[in-house]
Amino acid sequence: MKLNDIIQIIDGTVCTEGTTQDVEIRGGCGADLMSDVLTSIQPHAVLLTGLVNPQVVRTADMADVSAIVFVRGKCPHPETVSLANQEGIPIISTPLGMFEVCGRLYSAGLPSLENELNLI
Amino acid sequence: MDSPSQTRHISEENAQSISRVEELAYVIRVDEVMSRDPKVLSPSMAMSDVLEMLRRDHISGAPVVFSSDLIGIISLEDLIRALVAKDLDAPVSQYMTTTNILTVHASDTVVEALKIFSKYNVGRLPVINENGSLTGMITKGDITRGILNNLQKDFQREEVRRYRASHLFEDIISDRSSLILRYNIKKGDFTRGGNASSNIKRALVRLGANQQIARRCGIAIYEAEMNLIIHTTKGGIIRVEIEPHKITMRAVDDGPGIVNVELAKQAGYSTATDEIREMGFGAGMGLFNINRCVDKMTLESEPGKGTRLEMKIYLQPEESVGDTSYHYGDRT
Repeated sequence: MKLNDIIQIIDGTVCTEGTTQDVEIRGGCGADLMSDVLTSIQPHAVLLTGLVNPQVVRTADMADVSAIVFVRGKCPHPETVSLANQEGIPIISTPLGMFEVCGRLYSAGLPSLENELNLI
Repeated sequence: MDSPSQTRHISEENAQSISRVEELAYVIRVDEVMSRDPKVLSPSMAMSDVLEMLRRDHISGAPVVFSSDLIGIISLEDLIRALVAKDLDAPVSQYMTTTNILTVHASDTVVEALKIFSKYNVGRLPVINENGSLTGMITKGDITRGILNNLQKDFQREEVRRYRASHLFEDIISDRSSLILRYNIKKGDFTRGGNASSNIKRALVRLGANQQIARRCGIAIYEAEMNLIIHTTKGGIIRVEIEPHKITMRAVDDGPGIVNVELAKQAGYSTATDEIREMGFGAGMGLFNINRCVDKMTLESEPGKGTRLEMKIYLQPEESVGDTSYHYGDRT
């Protein structure tokens, strides 16, 4: 699915500069704990999160995340956006909640890129 | 844009550049390449002044504007008509063309302008905005320049992307060569947190590490870097040693140390404060995650003294970094 389609499906607004919207997104991952993201996410996913600090962008950079979506209408910190511009990772903001965003994208055919973990 | 001749042989490389130019024609907007503040005429101006202006500015026509609206256009043909009639004192309004004026919208992509250029065989077009006001002029030259600028940017990006230090060890003869990167990590520096990891990952990619290796190292060292920021008393040091067949990453600090090392390695065990958790960390997944990403993890710690975390990733011959000879064996 293209980033463009995702933006439409979730009523998103692009927060970063020079964002290429025809990037191919292979799937999604939703989490607010960055360690969970680092543990479970597969490359080229869109990361859905309610956390808006620069660490989200660093996490995305490390985990080869293709785009970040901030849910619940959260505005990213200016330093988060500037880091994302620098690293070339698109940030999208949506007024929708996490469950709604996941649901809409999943129904539209975007698969999960979260690894299942067996910790016990 | 003219389609390439059918008979011409088009190599793979040519085909790529053609499609990129064509693609750019659909991407670049008219107002990105048009000239702004174009030379304009007013309807009351004398044709003799038009003649003078066209000669002085080396142009073959100009739009006629009345209160910022485009109302007509004067071309060389119109001027010749006035010359033949020896009527150069007449106002522009008398000779200007007012019907079927060809224009292009500022927000259109340049392919729209190119279509008009080739269909009507004109060399320049007035550009109007959504209110119908004249905002600029566009010529084929403007479009060519715009496309060339964009190709140049593409090329520079490609150059940067291609620049790899992957031959680093090739010309250096030793029994064992390695590259060592060191980073000082400050306690509590959340804003710059991950900076070192980002640089390490980038360095590995430039040294020729594949995406998977770079990602594993990146994630492991990022968790370790955040641990130094979150848990230490004074911060610590990250040291990465890169060898063609092995990457050794160390995160070392001098306190406070871990009371129960085995417990700390368990998934979900955390001593982090709520403040740290609000920042998305402290889920107790750090060491567990590092262990998953690297081939060998060694954690040594003593309360009051400090912690030393060593992470090793072994590279298969085809994954080796900084030494292309390693890939191909005996190369001449």
